Amino acid sequence: MNDLMAARSQMAMSLGFHIIFACVGMAMPLLMVIAEGLWLRTQEKVYLELAKRWAKGTAIMFAVGAVSGTVLSFELGLLWPTFMEHAGPVIGMPFSLEGFAFFLEAIFLGIYLYGWDKVSPKRHLFAGVMVLLSGTASGIFVVMANAWMNTPAGFEIVDGKFTNIDPWAAMFNPGSFTQTTHMALAAFTSVGFAVAGIHAALLLRDKTSLFHQKALKIALFIAVPFSFLMPISGDMSAKHVAQTQPVKLAAMEAHWTTEKGAALRIGGWPDEEAQTTSWSIDIPYALSILAFGDPDAEVKGLKAFDEDLHPPVAITHIAFQIMVGAGTTMMGIGALVGFLAWRRKRLPTDTWVLKLLVAATPLGFIAVEAGWTVTEVGRQPWVIQGVMRTADAVTPMPHLVVPFTLFTTLYLFLGVIVIYLMRRIVFMSPERETETQNHEANHVE
Amino acid sequence: MSNDVVLAGIIVLALAVYTLTGGADFGGGVLDALARGPRAQKQRDAIAHAIGPIWEANHVWLILVVVLLFSTFPSAFAAISTALHIPLTIMLVGIVLRGTAFVFRAYDSQAPSVQRRWTRVFSSASIVTPIAIGMSAGAVASGQILWTPDLGVTSGFFAGWTTAFAVFVGLFLLAQATLLAAVYLCLETSDELQEDFRLRALGSAIFVGLTALGTLFFAKTDAPGIWVRLTAGGSMLVFHALTGLTALCAIGALLKRKYVVARVLAAAQVILVLGGWAMAQYPFIIAPNLTFADAVASPAVTTPILVTLAAGSVLLVPAFWYLYRVFKMNKDENP
Ligand code: HDD
Ligand code: HEM
Ligand code: HEM
Repeated sequence: MNDLMAARSQMAMSLGFHIIFACVGMAMPLLMVIAEGLWLRTQEKVYLELAKRWAKGTAIMFAVGAVSGTVLSFELGLLWPTFMEHAGPVIGMPFSLEGFAFFLEAIFLGIYLYGWDKVSPKRHLFAGVMVLLSGTASGIFVVMANAWMNTPAGFEIVDGKFTNIDPWAAMFNPGSFTQTTHMALAAFTSVGFAVAGIHAALLLRDKTSLFHQKALKIALFIAVPFSFLMPISGDMSAKHVAQTQPVKLAAMEAHWTTEKGAALRIGGWPDEEAQTTSWSIDIPYALSILAFGDPDAEVKGLKAFDEDLHPPVAITHIAFQIMVGAGTTMMGIGALVGFLAWRRKRLPTDTWVLKLLVAATPLGFIAVEAGWTVTEVGRQPWVIQGVMRTADAVTPMPHLVVPFTLFTTLYLFLGVIVIYLMRRIVFMSPERETETQNHEANHVE
Repeated sequence: MSNDVVLAGIIVLALAVYTLTGGADFGGGVLDALARGPRAQKQRDAIAHAIGPIWEANHVWLILVVVLLFSTFPSAFAAISTALHIPLTIMLVGIVLRGTAFVFRAYDSQAPSVQRRWTRVFSSASIVTPIAIGMSAGAVASGQILWTPDLGVTSGFFAGWTTAFAVFVGLFLLAQATLLAAVYLCLETSDELQEDFRLRALGSAIFVGLTALGTLFFAKTDAPGIWVRLTAGGSMLVFHALTGLTALCAIGALLKRKYVVARVLAAAQVILVLGGWAMAQYPFIIAPNLTFADAVASPAVTTPILVTLAAGSVLLVPAFWYLYRVFKMNKDENP
């Protein structure tokens, strides 16, 4: 593996790891706040228990999110010093604002997790709301920085130097709105489905458990509506990409030849040598309609661009198919579950519904990882679209395969432990739970 | 005052706050490693109790430093992260393991063997991280990182941080962090436990002194630029005397069990050391080639960031005050 490849892999691996915890950090506070709000309103103990149990799992996820995020902040420099030397000042504003969001989030998280008995219930709920707001804000700010890499704005290049910098124009670059909306929705969707799946699995063991019924209800309350918003926002993203990043769009669609009334390709395998895509299902005119809202619109194909500017087409296309496939499936499941709940006026707990939800547990996260692959791989060979190539941004440091291996091993280890601990928390039976709590009260407190 | 001076001041201030808060959290991990005797478990519990609610918030100061560095002194950020790739990577591994092991320990099985394993990871990462941070800081101070606008870093990947000077800066930071943690813990405990931490505070104060001497000794050969500035002129000597005096008074306060005073003095000493470093290094952000004034981004970038920082602190200061009030001020204070 050469150094550039190792750097790209390390960045992709670190981001792919962090994003899972980041999604949890954005969305779990919403679930906890809803549960806690219901506890305050109804005084039903089960809601308090639910908020507390969720908070336990979230505490672990947050810690991993915070440390893996720290790694990323440094990696921007460790791997891409040339990129940061030029881009740092331009996108410093969203990162600085993100810093403040982190502060608020961490402060109120401390109060939320450790303050159950130290502050009044109202203030505790308020702390949860603050965690929710600042967590979502931090996600939005960092994605604004990423959107700038896709649709750079707010600077001019004179003699190879970035000058006339306008930090606000850079922050509110053309891609900011669609990308941050799509990401924020994705966090709530993926976590909603994951939590619903876990509690559905536990309900399959014991359908009478009030605890898991309430938990599933809250999770579906988030997952179902968001599963409809996802494709709407995705369509906005696609239209935006069509306008600003035609090469990326062509790679997403594995669309080789420029044509009017272009067909939408579903599935298929792009052959980058022969510049064709085989075995796809083609829907006539659909691509022109989806990308430009006009059945006769011309869609540029990859052949219209220098081969040197093609991203890896197969990866981009397949990742896009995975995201859209997962999104469509989740919307279908959301529609079904929503319909059943509306018809029966209660939570559908038929075995087959629960099994379906269990099967959907990872779909959101799969879509998130695939979506980021589309965005990032589809931007290659640029790190800043049209401005700086990834190969020119990489550090001169040799042997980058060493840190790549090091961090991959470290994250694999953390991943295994997190899964083990989550199972421990989730599957713990109520009796064992109280026992351990007493134990922890003696030890940790 | 021009933006580069103000921003340099803010970065030093953020580093100082990070040392006083996040640094002490690492010190807590060192004390965890040192937990001994019949009250070992009680010591560990007191440490975990003290760090638990606040370490993530304290940690963000480091993020703030990084973000300010790359937004406002981008070439310095690029130079530092290129030349110090290795120690910074070690630091990151330490940060990851410290944070996660601490949380895993709290939520994993309470069986002694499991707890021991996480404790080992937590405390060794708490030792490695401040040393790696100190070594990186020592490298920046050493004047051995060479940088030119056209070629970038020309001194390779081992310059500065592999010197005895840098190692001593690392050890000094470790001792300093431990001292802070022990002094803070004296204020959060009572009776025998308090005596345990008092003894550890005194022990680490001695280490602070020894490592400070070692740092100065090796500065002469490994960091001559800083050495000249540190020893030049009467005002610098007054500064040294003040720092030394503060340290001695902190020890005195510990001996007399005046813990509040000890805390104030220990913190003041950290600020004096960092301030002294900053003054000795100014106008260079990375001696000998890169000054703050050369590295700073244009006012179009720095002015909005300064405004944002000012506006942000309006939210941040009360939030931090609330956090510390909830968790730190309802203990019985021992004067
Ligand atoms: C729950 C997760 C999820 C789901 C169900 C979808 N997406 Fe997505 N998508 C993401 C999660 C995601 C993401 C991981 O959050 C990305 C990566 C970058 C970004 O901002 O969002 C993304 C990026 C992304 C992009 C690239 C944006 C760019 O590069 O600027 C497009 C065009 C779409 N999506 C389109 C869709 C469509 C048409 C969907 C139809 C169902 C869809 N997404 C479902
Ligand atoms: C799409 C990408 C990203 C999203 C949506 C995102 C979002 C988040 C969220 C919501 C958190 C807080 C939750 C938690 O701690 O688990 C977080 C933590 C963090 N993220 Fe990310 N992030 C992304 C990428 C990045 C990148 C590229 C960086 C660095 C440059 C970064 C740096 C950090 C840091 C430093 C933290 C820890 C903050 C703390 O100590 O509390 N993140 N991120
Ligand atoms: C968390 C979600 C994200 C994931 C999963 C992700 C994924 C990836 C992948 C797969 C690559 C490698 C692309 C390739 O080389 O083929 C990459 C590169 C990169 N990403 Fe992202 N990314 C995410 C968010 C971000 C954000 C928020 C930023 C910055 C603010 C960012 C900055 C970069 C940079 C600087 C590179 C290296 C240069 C390049 O390859 O273009 N990424 N990322």
